[in-house]
Amino acid sequence: MKKTQRLTQFLAISALLLSVQTAQAQTAYVSNEKDDTLSVINLDTYEVTATIDVGQRPRGIILSKDQSKLYICASDSDTVQVMDLSTHQIIKELPSGEDPEQFALHPNDRHLYIANEDDALATIVDTQTSEVLAQIDVGVEPEGMAVSPDGKIAVNTSETTNMVHWIDTETMQLVDNTLVDQRPRHVEFSKDSKVLWASSEIGGNVSIIDVASRQITHKVTFKIRGVHPDKIQPVGIKLSDDGQYAFVALGPANHIAVIDTKTFKVLEYILVGRRVWHMAFNADQSLLLTTNGISGDVTVVDVAKMKAIKSIKVGRYPWGIVVKSQ
Amino acid sequence: MNNYIGWPGTYLLRYLLSGLLFFMHSAHAQLDVDIAYIKLQQEHRPVLSNILPEPKDAGLRGAELALQDSNTTGRFLKQTFHLRTDISDNPEETLTQIQFRYEQGIRLFVFDLPADTLKTASTWLAKASLNTGTTDDVLIFNTQAKENALRVNQCIDNVLHTIPSRAMLADALAQWLTEKRLNKWLLIKGSTEADHAYAQSMQRAAKRFGNKIVAQKQWSFDTDLRRLAQKEMPLFTQTEEYDVVVVADELGDFGEYVLYNTWYPRPVVGTQGLTPVAWHRVVEQWGAAQLQSRFEKLTGRWMDSKDYASWLAVRSIAEAVTRTNTADTNTLKQYIISDKFELAGFKGRKLNFRTWNGQLRQPIPLVHPRSLVSQSPQAGFLHPSSELDTLGFDAPESQCRLAKRF
Repeated sequence: MKKTQRLTQFLAISALLLSVQTAQAQTAYVSNEKDDTLSVINLDTYEVTATIDVGQRPRGIILSKDQSKLYICASDSDTVQVMDLSTHQIIKELPSGEDPEQFALHPNDRHLYIANEDDALATIVDTQTSEVLAQIDVGVEPEGMAVSPDGKIAVNTSETTNMVHWIDTETMQLVDNTLVDQRPRHVEFSKDSKVLWASSEIGGNVSIIDVASRQITHKVTFKIRGVHPDKIQPVGIKLSDDGQYAFVALGPANHIAVIDTKTFKVLEYILVGRRVWHMAFNADQSLLLTTNGISGDVTVVDVAKMKAIKSIKVGRYPWGIVVKSQ
Repeated sequence: MNNYIGWPGTYLLRYLLSGLLFFMHSAHAQLDVDIAYIKLQQEHRPVLSNILPEPKDAGLRGAELALQDSNTTGRFLKQTFHLRTDISDNPEETLTQIQFRYEQGIRLFVFDLPADTLKTASTWLAKASLNTGTTDDVLIFNTQAKENALRVNQCIDNVLHTIPSRAMLADALAQWLTEKRLNKWLLIKGSTEADHAYAQSMQRAAKRFGNKIVAQKQWSFDTDLRRLAQKEMPLFTQTEEYDVVVVADELGDFGEYVLYNTWYPRPVVGTQGLTPVAWHRVVEQWGAAQLQSRFEKLTGRWMDSKDYASWLAVRSIAEAVTRTNTADTNTLKQYIISDKFELAGFKGRKLNFRTWNGQLRQPIPLVHPRSLVSQSPQAGFLHPSSELDTLGFDAPESQCRLAKRF
């Protein structure tokens, strides 16, 4: 008797869960660098619903435009894996060059721009034909990668060379370099493709670069009470679609900074997990999710309240994060 | 002196050419930067534990990797770095090599030399450069000599130290011991000058951080510890009770046999056991994994402290050249010692030089052969300007006033 009761209960709950899932729950995918896995988080329940084995040392992850595929930099497998998100199966491996770390997808939804950290190269791959279109010499330890929303320029940062390298996407050639402060990690274009944000981890600041002149126009610095300035190490950057805010992950300072994109003033510091690395918005940008490398979790930040509301345990060294909106 | 008189010809010719480029200063002018790497290969006396000898090319390969890194950067700025390497096993010959490089017009030196040769060579270079009557002079990086005196009272002009002093290493270890409340130490040392210096640094550190040395002993037995460690060591370490055994045995003559053989079952730290180092293969955080893998790809071996110190020396020069777009030694010196200079050294903080004695500020990893245990400065050891200055000699403790002489 009891058994059947439990069973019905179980079925009811399962059905409920299923219906929640079919009611378009948003899903976050997180790459766990030291576990060689992805954690899948249901953003209605804030629970990890699956952990999927992938290639070695997964770091950068990115969604295809239609959100049906996930590209994964499997750094130590020296490949970019393509996962079908309806089945969670790896359907393809792209030639990425050695040690792919971060990458960016061109607005044409076809060309992947990949930073090869060990080889001082940037590799451009056609995701449809799996063809390597170009390999471009860049500085030592290429890291950050971004393609402008208008598709004209790709930029790459090199951590030891301390430069932002500008690549013409049409000719696929390096056209210019801008020197920034120590260990540039991440780059992000404004929506109008006119401004580039570049974080310098050891320099402790974010350079605001005018895309037309490729000159630094402003440097954003940070100050948090009780945190030594050397521990403020900006890494990931996210710009809100409304053009109002920039969010910068400050690494071992365990905070993210919220910056007014008009005045470049820091409005707020939000305490998150330990060694915060990268971030992703949910669909309507009401939530911002952060990966925290050392504490091995994801912090959910309520953007309107500018407050952390939840932390979700994932694998070891969570690195990249994306949100699938349905 | 003959050598010195001979220089103006070559010097002039060289600088007529490169001087033209310097003055153009435009981002598109090709800039060539020559760095001399001078190594005196020393004979080590035989030691009991001879299992893992220091690689013969320790130091040099670090400089080579830095050169490679810097040239990758340099090609975007039309800056090319060249390393002129001289290795000898004879101090006299080393001095001749240095003089020859100076006469060739080289003003940037990386010295992998013991303290006495370093002092002689630096003095010679300082004199030579003074005698030229120009403002041009030399910049030297010390990548080997850990002597505290070089940072305290035997101050030498034009020298920056990328290798930590013994005091820095000792303080790094002592902070960790203090934090762990391992306050009572048995200090045992070997018989070499280096061992005494290491032991002295540990004594200084004990005092600084309020620890107590319950006994101090010197190892002088002639027994073959490979066979008799289990018998000899417990007796040797039978003293008043201690929390930890601190070993000062830089060459590894007896220290390797102390572990697991102490009278009381206590941890072993110092030159063996838990060891403070400038660098080690187990350092992987803060992007260090990338540096380690680049080094292994280049050399097929692990990167050690001397390799790291040489890497830092060449990278310091290159970083200054990148930012100032000149190869003028004086401009580079001023820049490197200024607060604008910052170097990313894979230790989680920007590194720069102490203006008083030219010592590079840097966190010190505490390692055992297979893992990183901690990195000093430890949290809570405070300093008004930089916590890194809790390691080694702070300005009031040093008579050196390097910045004023730069």
